[in-house]
Order: sequence, then C-alpha cells, then structure tokens
Amino acid sequence: MANGTTSKNVWARDLFEWIDARFPLSALWKSQVAEYYAPKNFNFWYYFGSLALVVLVLQIVTGIFLTMNYKPDALLAFASVEYIMREVSWGWLIRYLHSTGASFFFICVYLHMFRALLYGSYRKPRELTWLMGVAIFLCLMAEAFFGYLLPWGQMSFWGAQVIVNLFAAIPFVGESLAIWIRGDYVVGDATLNRFFAFHVIAVPLVLLGIVVAHLMALHETGSNNPDGVEIKKHLDPRTGHPVDGIPFHPYYTVKDLFGAMVFLFVFAIIAFFLPEFGGYFLEHNNFIPADPLKTPPHIAPVWYFTPYYSVLRATTDDLKWVIAIAAVLFMVWAFLRRGGNAVRMTLLGAGAVVLVALYLLEAKVWGVILMGASVLIFAFMPWLDRSPVKSIRYKGWMYKLALAIFVISFLVLGYLGMQTPTNTLTRIAQVGTILYFAFFLLMPWYTSIDKTGTPPERVT
Amino acid sequence: MSTSSQATLPHGAAGDDEVDQGRRNLLVATCVAGGAATAAAAWPFLASMEPSERARALGAPVEADISNLEAGAMMVVEWQGKPVWVVRRTPAMLDTLKKDEAQLADPLSKRSSQPEYCQNIWRAREEKKDILVTVGICTHLGCSPTAKFAPGDPGMGSGWEGGFLCPCHGSRFDLSARVFANFPAPDNLPIPRYKYLSEQRILIGDDKA
Repeated sequence: MANGTTSKNVWARDLFEWIDARFPLSALWKSQVAEYYAPKNFNFWYYFGSLALVVLVLQIVTGIFLTMNYKPDALLAFASVEYIMREVSWGWLIRYLHSTGASFFFICVYLHMFRALLYGSYRKPRELTWLMGVAIFLCLMAEAFFGYLLPWGQMSFWGAQVIVNLFAAIPFVGESLAIWIRGDYVVGDATLNRFFAFHVIAVPLVLLGIVVAHLMALHETGSNNPDGVEIKKHLDPRTGHPVDGIPFHPYYTVKDLFGAMVFLFVFAIIAFFLPEFGGYFLEHNNFIPADPLKTPPHIAPVWYFTPYYSVLRATTDDLKWVIAIAAVLFMVWAFLRRGGNAVRMTLLGAGAVVLVALYLLEAKVWGVILMGASVLIFAFMPWLDRSPVKSIRYKGWMYKLALAIFVISFLVLGYLGMQTPTNTLTRIAQVGTILYFAFFLLMPWYTSIDKTGTPPERVT
Repeated sequence: MSTSSQATLPHGAAGDDEVDQGRRNLLVATCVAGGAATAAAAWPFLASMEPSERARALGAPVEADISNLEAGAMMVVEWQGKPVWVVRRTPAMLDTLKKDEAQLADPLSKRSSQPEYCQNIWRAREEKKDILVTVGICTHLGCSPTAKFAPGDPGMGSGWEGGFLCPCHGSRFDLSARVFANFPAPDNLPIPRYKYLSEQRILIGDDKA
C-alpha cells in the first residue's frame, strides 16, 4: 500500500508509515484481506456470510438511531414506536429497515448455515469456526427475542410471556428463575426495561466479539470450498500461496460487493413496499398495544423461530413414548457394539438417564429440552458426520436424501409453527420433529456406510 | 495475524527451572482470593434483577362485583397483573363436570394449585359452587386461554362440552378449569384464595375471615 512516490502523495505515504510504526495497519490489511488466499471456486452460496455482515452493520446503525426516539417504558413504548413511524422525520424508514433487517439477518444466516451443511464447512479443521457460528446464532436468537418485546404490542408481550415461562419449566428453581428474568411476577415494565438493556448493549457487544473471533478462526484455517478439498495442500513453490487460491481483495471484495448490491436491491423493495411482508416480518397483532389480560386468539412467533416453536408444541405425552423407544434402542445398540467397556457403560448410563428423566419430568419440561436441543444439536455436527468426504458433491445418496428430508422437515415445522394447533397438525409436527432429530442422531451411522465418490486433488 | 516472535520471555531470578514454591503458593492464593472477590462482586448486579421492593409491595387483594354477571357468562378482573376469571356456570355446565373425569389429566386436582376449600369437582367454594374463580393463565407457558363455552364448537371437534382453549399450544380445560389429558399443560388452572364479602362481591387474593 501507499507505494506512490510522486510529490503529491508523499504526505499520504508518510501518514501510513507513521501509523504502521504504531499499529499493524498494513499487516492486518495484508493478512486478512489483500493476501488472504481464498479458494477460487466459491459459488452463489458463499455470498451469505458477507451479506450477514452487511445486515449486522445495518442493524447497528438503524438501531442507534431508533434509540434516539424510543422509550423503554411500559406506558410509553408502544406510543413511542408509533411516534417514530408517524412524526419523526424518516423515522418510518429507519424502523422498517431495522424490522426488515431482523428477518433478513435470519435469512442470510440460515442460508449461510445451509451452505456449511452442503459442503461440510464444519468438518476438521474448521470445528471452532463452526462452534463460534453456533454461538453467533444463539446470540442472534437472543437479540431478536429481546428486541421483539420492545414495541410492546400484543405479540411482543405474549411472546415474551411464553419464552420466559420456558425457564419456569425447569424443576425446583424454574419459578424463581422466571421471576428473576422478568424482575416481576408478570412481564411488565421491569422486564421491558432490562430487555432494552440486553438488546441495545449486552448482546450486541458479545455478538460483535464472537463475529470477530469467527472470522479470525476462519482466516486461520482458510475457507472451505464447494469441492471440500484443502487448497493449502498445493502451494505454489515460488510464492508459497495455494495454487487454487486467489487473494480475497480484489477478487472476493468485488464479488461480495456485487452480491451486496443485488441483496440491497431486493432488501429495498421489501423495506419500501412490503415492510410487514403480509404479517410475516411484522405481525398484525403487534399493532395492538400489549394487554396482560387477553392473549390474542392466534399467537405465533416470528417466522424465524417457528421451526423450534413447533418442536416445543409437538412434545406431548405421546412423543415421550417415542423418545423412550429411541432411548431403549440406543441402549440395545450400546450393549451390542464392540469396543471398550467404559464407553459401553457410559452410553448405557446416558440412555438410562434419559429414561429416568422421561419418567420424572413431564411433557412440558421435555418440550423445552427438545426445543433447546433442536438448536444446540448443530454444535455437534463436526463429530456426527463420519463421511470420508466433506462436500455433498462427493457424498452418496444417503446424505443427500437425509439433508433433503431435514430441509423439508425444517420448512414444514416452520409452517406448522405459524398455524393454530389441531390434532392432525400436531401429529405432522411430531413426525417432523422425529425426522429433524433423526438427521443428526443417525448421521454417524448413515454417513459411515454411505457410498462416497472420490474428491479431486485440486478444486474443479 | 502477523506471526509474533516466540522470543524467550524475560526470566526473573537465577535458577529458571526451579519453581519458587513459596511464591507459587502465594500466586495461587491471590488468584483464589481475587476470583472469590470477583464472584462476590457479581452478587449486587444479579440481585438488582430481582423484583424491586415496589413490585413486591403490589399484589394486594382486589374486589370483583358479580351482580351483573349473567348465568353462562364470564368476567375478567386484574389481580397481581394477571387475569382472574369469574364464571357463573349454568346447571347444564355443572353437569358436564361429572361426565368428563375420564378424559382429564388431574380430575381430582391432586397435583394442581387451589385452596383446600376448592379441591372438589367444581373447584369452587361449596356454598356457591356455580361461581368459578380462577387465574386465567395457562399452566403450560403462561398464555391466557380463550373461553369456548358453546358445546359442540365446530373448532373444537366432536364431543366438546364447553370449556377453555389455550391459543398458544392448544391445551384444553373443562368448565372447572381442569386440564384435559394429552395436552401440553400439566396442571389445572390455579384457583386463588378468595372469599365472599357479600352475596355479589368477591375479594380475590384473601380469604381470612
């Protein structure tokens, strides 16, 4: 950088040198951007990481301006949002960008995660990048949940009521824990005020920290690619750079800028013309002020939470029997498997713990456990996948089928989570829940017997 | 990141390989004491999230006037920020309470929360068993169920005798706020302590004579 020597930019070069002697500016630029070699075969699916970053910045900027007019007070909050929408100059735009941004954050993150499932990006040596990603996902869910209470509409109130009561399901300490989280015996002013604190400072700080760590870990191992082969295995003997790698800048900065442009085009159409998105991005019932005495006749979380919400609702006494059968089958398998006695006893013990917990804990607690598990189970992906290859391009039909079934059950659960429960729909959600978990829990089995192709030496 | 040099760290006194056990113990003790102090310092912050004195002081008993409550109708009063329902049940509604016991999760309210004088199939004071007073908060995850009093309500399937439906997760309750089996809510709706101040006035939250 700053190699120009004409008299015009001598001062600029001097300034850079002055900074570089005090801060590793050019070193950081080189190692993280200009000389970070990324595989040359990135495709469409590789847009969503950078797009998530674009949305993160958008959320922070719009969020800062929203706090200038928002009032975190149970008596004033609802009206202050309407004030922003109707009387603050351009307030409607800032608010719609923020609310549309929330949904698009999840769209980007879900597609980014799907990319990892396609190409095995979670596999060794990128396990930590993946785990930090799961942590980001959890933070994002917390951030969305806290933020959703702030407009203090009916859905805000009853959504928070339900989620905080999830903690009350924990045996013995649950009730006190729920009161501690709310700061009151019901969701009220104290709850709103603290959720505001979490939403605008506590969670974003943690989120930003993990995002930086996620990128640092990624740049340490280097990015995966659609072929799932390690480009670091083939280095150019002259330069020492991977022969199948290209510098992130300018090649991928330009590609990502193009992606961001297309993305912002779509984003603007929705933010300007369809900001409520038919009740999916901003729910109709949330335009009614919170009423602690009356739950709206139909309540559902925002679309990005509905798959997990379906799992929660699907967990009835019937489903406990399915879990019990699965635990017994697991114990039979653990008993028959070859290998050390210590491992066998541990596995048998784990099965027994599940059976005892099924006997002791009611379906309500199990609903909370399964809902939490449906999110956290992603963290185990690096160790559940036993396939000799990373990318779906070289995996056999079993993984492809399993992934297809998983995506369909995720979408069906998502749809069902928005519907009023009926007996039939609950049955479908139960099947969806079983298939959802089967994708993960059976993965060690089907990925190890699946017939895989041979990945190429170099990227294709 | 630029590769940081693995230069040898500056060592203190001579005899680098030997650990000065006295200093090491002091170091460990300091870390333990510092850790304990830090953990103790977290307490005021965590405790500040408990309900404040003001929040604790609220929750006084409230009065409900049922003189305008018609048979088969329901009214809602706010007590401790929660909805409390008062339902005046018709004889036909009371009749359903004996028939549905087989379908309930806790028909005798053994594991549910109510004052001892309400542990009967009406879940009400014996002297006025047509009046149901209950906290309208689902024991599953805290939504407020909706009244579905009409028998055979098309949305509720065949054999529906009237009761309540929780809109959030579909739990169903009968006209004594007892939960039906195989729905997510584990317990019947709680009955608060209450007493009659007069024929038409109920005090909710207090039953001392």
